[in-house]
Amino acid sequence: MIDYLNILLYVQIALCIFCLYRIIRGPSIADRMVGLDIFGILVVGICAILSITTKRSFILDIGITWIILSFIGTLTLAKYLSGKKLNE
Amino acid sequence: MRYIALFIILFILWLLLSFNFTLTNIAIGVLVSIITTILFGKYFIYGGIKFLQPQRYFWLVVYLFIFIWECIKANFDVAYRVLHPAMPIKPGIVKVKLGIKSDFARMMLANSITMTPGTITVDIIDDYIYVHWIYVSTDNPEEYSQKVSGKFEKYIKKIFE
Amino acid sequence: MEIISFILICIGILFNLLGCIGLIRLPDVYNRLQSATKCVTLGTCSILLGVLFHFGFNEAGIKAIIAIPLLFFGATVAAHALVKGAYLFGIKLGDKSVKDDYKDVEKS
Repeated sequence: MIDYLNILLYVQIALCIFCLYRIIRGPSIADRMVGLDIFGILVVGICAILSITTKRSFILDIGITWIILSFIGTLTLAKYLSGKKLNE
Repeated sequence: MRYIALFIILFILWLLLSFNFTLTNIAIGVLVSIITTILFGKYFIYGGIKFLQPQRYFWLVVYLFIFIWECIKANFDVAYRVLHPAMPIKPGIVKVKLGIKSDFARMMLANSITMTPGTITVDIIDDYIYVHWIYVSTDNPEEYSQKVSGKFEKYIKKIFE
Repeated sequence: MEIISFILICIGILFNLLGCIGLIRLPDVYNRLQSATKCVTLGTCSILLGVLFHFGFNEAGIKAIIAIPLLFFGATVAAHALVKGAYLFGIKLGDKSVKDDYKDVEKS
């Protein structure tokens, strides 16, 4: 079972390359931010699969922290895009 | 009232996350929860007393099943549009009338609309909600407001209002 | 239990793959956000559910079940903020779009 999960882990890492393609080639700044947002969610999936294959549960803590940090980063960049100050 | 509800939620969350029931850990949890409650209590929702009525939880469970079913169905719909060689999409922003008054219920309705694949909430101004839709199938306002929000609205009115 | 967990993780990665294909193929920002955010969020929720079935209700399973609503609300609010920010920044809707009700609101 662990071997098949390792293969799925490589598939998930390959999906991150799609997001990197969108971040590099995106025609406007909003496309790059969409790619960054999706990249953050995919990393949480990688953390979840790693916690099974290595049998260590603290990796899920890293996943939860990553969700919150990615959420705050996306909100800040979206606020910058809409042209407001941070305290409005 | 609001402060006590926020304190209880934060303390249960701390116990579940750290999963360690020694006396030292519980004392640290109480201290951290009190500091967070004093700092952020004024941003918590009004009317916490409504969440003690049991029939709301029954409708919440019914609503969760309907919501997950809609989610999976519409997800396959978007997957079909992505994989089709000609990409049959007709995107556009439509304007839908709302029938809900309270703020928290409006927030939940907007979240539900966003999470169903095919529609994203753009903004709420006065009584109208603006929705970006990937396939605008009709031009009739009655018909598309029924399609976008009609399925969720009656359950949300029962749960959160 | 192992088999159910493995099937759930496979379904999750399949949804992630569809979302990333949508991110590459679709024509403009709004449609990319439509496909990508929702397919990827549902897929990751399915993977976390698989982790819950694998560990059972102990320390790790509870963490996975806490992560699901957090991810759900975080992703929806982030998608909403990105759409509004992109519209206010001045990015036009794509060539294929048929209707735009939000335009006259912004003018006033």
